[in-house]
Amino acid sequence: MLTKLPFRRSTTGDQHRAHDALDWAWLTDKAVGVLVFVGGISAIIFILSVFTFITRQGIGFITDTMEVGEFLTSPAWRPTSDENPTYGAFALIVGTASVTGLAVLLAVPFSLGAAIFIAEFAKGRVRETLKILIEFLAAIPSVVWGFIGLSIMNPLIIELFDVPVGLNLLNAGIILGLMSAPIMTSIAEDALKAVPDSYREAAEAMGATRWQITWKVVLPAGRKGLLAAILLGVGRGFGETMAVLMASGHSINIPDSPFDSVRALTASIAAELGETAVGSDHYQALFTLGILLFIVTFVINLTADLVVNGIKKR
Amino acid sequence: MVALSRQAAPTPTGAPAAENKLEVRDLTITYGKTPALSNVNLEVRANEIFGIIGPANSGKTSFLRVLNRMDTFTTGMKFSGTVYYEGKNLRSWRNLYALRRKIGVVFPLPVGLPLSVYDNVAMAPRLYGTQKKSELDELVERHLRRAALWDEVKDRLHALGSLLSGGQQQRLTIARALSQEPDLLLLDEFSIAVDPVTTMKIEDVLKELRQEMTIVLVTNLTQQARRLADRTAFFLSGQWVEVGDTEALFTGNVKDERTRSYLEGRFG
Repeated sequence: MLTKLPFRRSTTGDQHRAHDALDWAWLTDKAVGVLVFVGGISAIIFILSVFTFITRQGIGFITDTMEVGEFLTSPAWRPTSDENPTYGAFALIVGTASVTGLAVLLAVPFSLGAAIFIAEFAKGRVRETLKILIEFLAAIPSVVWGFIGLSIMNPLIIELFDVPVGLNLLNAGIILGLMSAPIMTSIAEDALKAVPDSYREAAEAMGATRWQITWKVVLPAGRKGLLAAILLGVGRGFGETMAVLMASGHSINIPDSPFDSVRALTASIAAELGETAVGSDHYQALFTLGILLFIVTFVINLTADLVVNGIKKR
Repeated sequence: MVALSRQAAPTPTGAPAAENKLEVRDLTITYGKTPALSNVNLEVRANEIFGIIGPANSGKTSFLRVLNRMDTFTTGMKFSGTVYYEGKNLRSWRNLYALRRKIGVVFPLPVGLPLSVYDNVAMAPRLYGTQKKSELDELVERHLRRAALWDEVKDRLHALGSLLSGGQQQRLTIARALSQEPDLLLLDEFSIAVDPVTTMKIEDVLKELRQEMTIVLVTNLTQQARRLADRTAFFLSGQWVEVGDTEALFTGNVKDERTRSYLEGRFG
């Protein structure tokens, strides 16, 4: 009985071969596979090339001239001094950190509020209009923001706070906050939208108010996405150059009030690189600042990424 | 005497009678321009299990959504006609949140909020203001027991609710609905993702709950309606066909031939 299996194959060899021919669908699939592989791998190649490039430009300075202690802790950035050039990046690091910190402090409440409003409270047209406006805000070039800092915020700060100079930490922080808010809003809104509607419905059927749903259900469920949004905003602030250069006053300072001018790492590179001799200590020192920025941005993005991927693993 | 005579007096047309938990008059539901259900007239009496049967797309779920005014958060959903809840017109309700607190809902697929078993059940009491740990502990245990789930989860109250099996999750959502101390419980095809044994367990729970509350049970299992419902309504493609005593309907005492065909399994 068992020898006569009804599903035994009865095709001849020829039929089998025809069936197994490589057709267009198969070829297309292979070709697309190769193409997207190249696309994917190119991102890795680019990032490695960039890192190699800035490292090679800056490595001479790191190994020969730089003293790590001085570089990280001294506020004296005097690369153009004839007798005794010093390369203390501490003031620049503090400048960048304080501007970014202030920006995040200002941007987080606004962007979370905006994201919650768009995702949870606004309806129909209002929501769509706001989304478009926010994308539009995110697309404003940074030099325009710098211009606003220079020509609007500057006199405004002088007038309001009665200080001699309006190009300072406060100005740069506000401008940078305004710049990163749309990005944070947009990503935070995506994070809130990713929370299933069934959660909202279940809570609403329980008699929870909109705010209770947001606070007790949606925000906890979307908290990782929100954290990632904030971190990406921080990364944006850290790397911003032009607006900070224009609004911060660009003077080397350890600020002890928001009305002190500061200088950022990025702005220093942008302002000084064009005036240095290629290969000089100063030139290499600027690339070392670049390496520092690269590492910090990389760490921020990596953290954001790990945070987001944490969602999927759960 | 006064009270008696008032009760005995015939109610004017459209005005709700006291023993009815819900009165639905000329209810028509539309989504944008698409009608979902038209011209429903029925009553749900206090402390009965009211079954709603009908094939897919007949407007059963839309009907439930009007009862706790969930139409307000469904884009494009509109209804006309009047629904009285305990004699009060649902449209004139100002605080819909307070209304929904008295109405528990169980959805077709269990919606475990991303919280622990304990927090799922404690959520409604917390929303309504109970914060004391000892009170919450007691409430959580009571409602899990009422939903016939306590024995299975008492050792893992602080595990995520979503880690429970499908049937357990559905009983968790029932416990959560009960934690609202509802007067009215709406069940929307609760057994769709639940095995037969659990279904029977939940059905037993529902029979118990009838003592304390009114239940509206939407089901696509006609036999489930027969087992549970005191009275049953038959909806078909957005039409309300008829309402009757469940046993009468199932024993062929129908007003409409379509009901007979559906109950005998000839379509749907």
